[in-house]
Amino acid sequence: MPLDYRIAIVGAGPAGLSVAGRAAIYDAETGASTPSYVLLEGHTTFAKTIQKYQKGKHVMDEPGFLQLRSEVPFAAGKREEILGAWDNSIGGGLNVRYNAEVVGIEGEKGNFTLRLASGDSVTAENVVLSIGTQGNPRTLGVDGDAESDFVLYTLDDPEDFKGETIVVVGAGDAAIENAIALSDFNTVYIINRRGEFSRAKDGNLNAVLAAINDRDRAFHCRYESSVAAVELPDAPGETGAIVLNTPGGEERLECHRIIARLGTVPPRRFVESCGIEIGSASADAVPDVDRHYQSNVPGLYVIGALGGYPLIKQAMNQGYDVVEFIHGKDTRPADYPLLQDQFSGLPYVMDAEDILELYQQRVPMFKRMNPLAFRELIIESRITVSLPAEELARAPQGGERSTVFVAAGEPVYRNGEFSTTFFTLVEGEVRLQLEQDGPWHQIKPGQFFGEMSLLSGRPRQGDAIVERDSILIETPRRVMVKLMNSNEEVRQGIDRVFIMRALQAAFRPAMSLEELALVADQVQTCQFAAGEVLFTEGETGDCLHLIRSGTVVLSQGGTELVVAQLHSGELAGQMALMGAPLRRNTATAAVRTETLRLGREQFLALVNSEPEHISTLQGELSQLLQYTNSMASQPEAARSIGFLMEQGMGEATNALVIDTSLCVGCDNCERACAETHDGISRLDRESGASLASLHVPVSCRHCELPHCMKDCPPDAIRRAASGEVFITESCIGCGNCETNCPYDAIKLSYSAPPKPGLWSWLLFGRGSGPGEPAGFTPTAESKDVGKKAVKCDACMGRPGGPACVRACPTGAAIRMGPDQFVELVEAR
Amino acid sequence: MRTGMLNWRNYRYGKWALLLGLFSIALYVSQGASPAQPPNGGTWQGYVLGTIGALLILWLSVLGVRKRSYSSSAGTVQGWTSAHIYLGSVLLAVATLHCAAQFGWNVHTLAYVLMCLVIFSGFYGLYVYVHLPDRVASNIVDRDRAAWLEELGKLDQRIRDVAAGSDAQLQGMVLSALELTRLGGNLFQQLRANDRSLVQEPGGGKPVSNAEQSVLIETLSRRIPDARKQSEAETLSELLSLFGRRQVILHLLRRDIRLKGLLKLWLYFHVPLTFALLAALLVHILSVFIYW
Repeated sequence: MPLDYRIAIVGAGPAGLSVAGRAAIYDAETGASTPSYVLLEGHTTFAKTIQKYQKGKHVMDEPGFLQLRSEVPFAAGKREEILGAWDNSIGGGLNVRYNAEVVGIEGEKGNFTLRLASGDSVTAENVVLSIGTQGNPRTLGVDGDAESDFVLYTLDDPEDFKGETIVVVGAGDAAIENAIALSDFNTVYIINRRGEFSRAKDGNLNAVLAAINDRDRAFHCRYESSVAAVELPDAPGETGAIVLNTPGGEERLECHRIIARLGTVPPRRFVESCGIEIGSASADAVPDVDRHYQSNVPGLYVIGALGGYPLIKQAMNQGYDVVEFIHGKDTRPADYPLLQDQFSGLPYVMDAEDILELYQQRVPMFKRMNPLAFRELIIESRITVSLPAEELARAPQGGERSTVFVAAGEPVYRNGEFSTTFFTLVEGEVRLQLEQDGPWHQIKPGQFFGEMSLLSGRPRQGDAIVERDSILIETPRRVMVKLMNSNEEVRQGIDRVFIMRALQAAFRPAMSLEELALVADQVQTCQFAAGEVLFTEGETGDCLHLIRSGTVVLSQGGTELVVAQLHSGELAGQMALMGAPLRRNTATAAVRTETLRLGREQFLALVNSEPEHISTLQGELSQLLQYTNSMASQPEAARSIGFLMEQGMGEATNALVIDTSLCVGCDNCERACAETHDGISRLDRESGASLASLHVPVSCRHCELPHCMKDCPPDAIRRAASGEVFITESCIGCGNCETNCPYDAIKLSYSAPPKPGLWSWLLFGRGSGPGEPAGFTPTAESKDVGKKAVKCDACMGRPGGPACVRACPTGAAIRMGPDQFVELVEAR
Repeated sequence: MRTGMLNWRNYRYGKWALLLGLFSIALYVSQGASPAQPPNGGTWQGYVLGTIGALLILWLSVLGVRKRSYSSSAGTVQGWTSAHIYLGSVLLAVATLHCAAQFGWNVHTLAYVLMCLVIFSGFYGLYVYVHLPDRVASNIVDRDRAAWLEELGKLDQRIRDVAAGSDAQLQGMVLSALELTRLGGNLFQQLRANDRSLVQEPGGGKPVSNAEQSVLIETLSRRIPDARKQSEAETLSELLSLFGRRQVILHLLRRDIRLKGLLKLWLYFHVPLTFALLAALLVHILSVFIYW
């Protein structure tokens, strides 16, 4: 039996559209009478993620360095323009089938059967999965629950509905936010399957309870209720009903609309049901595919966000390429020129694809990596070549993405520098210190370094000096984290070296690497959430913790009395192994913390191998004891440190603190911030917590491992070598960083309109004066560009330092890192 | 010790000001006291003192510009403020020595008087800047004003809900107490922080003062022992405790408004007087040169 299609594409997002666009060109060239491909979309329309964006949202086309290769157009612009262009492409004759949700894929290359939710099936030789990572909304699970005007699974704009009775089903954040927004103009019922709103964020929990109790608001809740049936309206515009199973029996609610927000079914289970393997259990893990985007199931291809490429342009390029591959053309991917550029300064004449292969073989840890993932790693990395000083001057200066030349014998990073990139040595030699002024270690080709800062976010410890004719791959933290999340082997490899080097740095053992590896294998890695206790005052201890990332606070006589804070690379609880086993203080993780737990046996093995180092350890311990003792005798200071730690300052590197006994409330700090940052203040002086004349205003504290950098699609958030975390121009305004920041320090904002200068305000009163204008109206131009994320950049590069501090007339505004907290609280 | 405006860089500008003061005195004394040429602004020493004074006044007024030149890297605003305080204080001595206490009903003395007003308003400003921040902070107990207003809002909502279960008379009184609570007001009222809240007592008539919520608290506490039903007593007790908290919050907010008002108020004298002084100074200098 002949198959229906050569290619079946699942998911009509940008990637899927691009596949269809290219396949259609092939059809036109061969003059096929029926399409050789079908684009199956479970929803009623294409590109539903982008359709859900707010009206007029500016969609960016990062990464800027990559060229678009697709038959379907795409350039940065308004949501409507982009959707309109795609609609035109579809109208030009793409074979799209809507409402065709694929629920199962069976078969093998050359003979796949795709089962649809409607019961139909489609057969195809090859399948391209481009379903993204959003997943499909969970349905009500009763008759009549298909998406319609009456039953909605998304809500674009609450103001679309007025004067209606609307039933919102669900108890998560989305359901609560929708229900509250709708209740401004409608009567709303929210249906909760449980007896409380336990899944919601605190803010939403309080808001929904307030709304339910608010007598002036038509907002009702049905607890412990499930949906028994849906009665569709007879004609559009009339009311239908929903039937509920409530603890008091069945209840029928007549309504104009039902909005179900029951979360989504993540695509992972579906993907695995097709036979595709996902290497790691981590939620961010992506399926392994080869250079042609083919999964472990031959003939089944994975592209776009599902394959780990969340940006529209990348996904569309892959869509084009995958059709080429299916048609047997081994085209060079769109990123080939980028690769060439990166390798341009290497001292050999070789094709970029061959160099790529060579390098992968050189590094044991990367050897078994998926070639596509390795390619991505290289494209996101910088290739660095070291040259003697006299040759360096003659070296060609390439573009931003070309090979980087550095002077041999010079550091690639220095002690104390903030950088979290990861270095892999492919040729030559690097000399490495593990702590400031520590002994030198040699790094040979195939080995890597820089994993300490990668994992802990702390500044570099010790220098790394590159010898002549060395070649290094420098990979950004973001790319390494993604790799470690999806590749267990790489994660373990890095982890193991991290532990060994951490032990070397802390104990300087005189043992061979093999012996050290044996000890390292016995060391246990522990994770603690903020507030979790490592050990408690008064108990008997038999281990110590070497802090790997995060901050641990020691408290004595009550957890709010903090007598010391310890950071990565430092030891906690060593007293139990070096003196009395009775714990003298309680150790608590101030922020999310990872430690290496060493028992007596491992500790003794390490220190006995190098008895000379014991006196150093004893010296450090006695210093810590003197210090904790002094803090314990100043409960007020200890309490203030405890307060700062409670505010998450343990992970800060550069935070604004206001001494309220000096602050006159003039807000000159906020104005200075706005005036030096495009009219938008990045700090809110008055809000934030206070204790005993210390106030922590809402503003960025430049965390050790910035939460905001976790999930930035265009990689717009960077950290300078001097530690400032800042947002570059490539921000696409997605709001991930705003959500991820636990300290509310990032906001999305239009750029402020220009203002008359200072003198025309001073002399003639023109304009609103210095500072962020209250409730300004953005210009049409800035509305076009859209909101972008703004946050404090600690006035990076500004002579004299942070404007907020420099503008404070009384000296109340202070910026500092955790090291200075003690000075601050002891001074009062 | 905390580094404020006064001890900035270990009193650097205090020392400068002291030196300038001593220098001015020496200059003044060097004029001698011959009856033919008594010390005044007309001697060369007088001219030097006058020039120093005029330059000081100009420089002191530039603080208003420097404070708003946010990109400037010319020192910090804190350093400028510290210098402003000390050099502003010594100006009093410089100008007095310049005029040799020769006063009259003329523009010269007007400039001098304006200068004194500016300086003394500055002294007052310094006093509030040094003493009030601590009081603001301890008054508002580690929360911001918005947080207190939010608690007040919730408290009022709760009072409305609880009062709905009481008799109409009490409910009317309670609601009127909420309605007629006064906070803020015009500048004068803000600074006095007098509680002008009223309450409508049962039986009509003009609303009477309910300062510090006292009428309500008294009425409620008086009625609790008389309550006939347990539920009534419970309602009254809850209202009493709610109004107790309300009294505290309102008092605190009023003080906050007053203190923050005082922190700003003095600048409304200091700055306009400075402009007046600059004008008078200009006239003073011109007239001196015209009538040479």
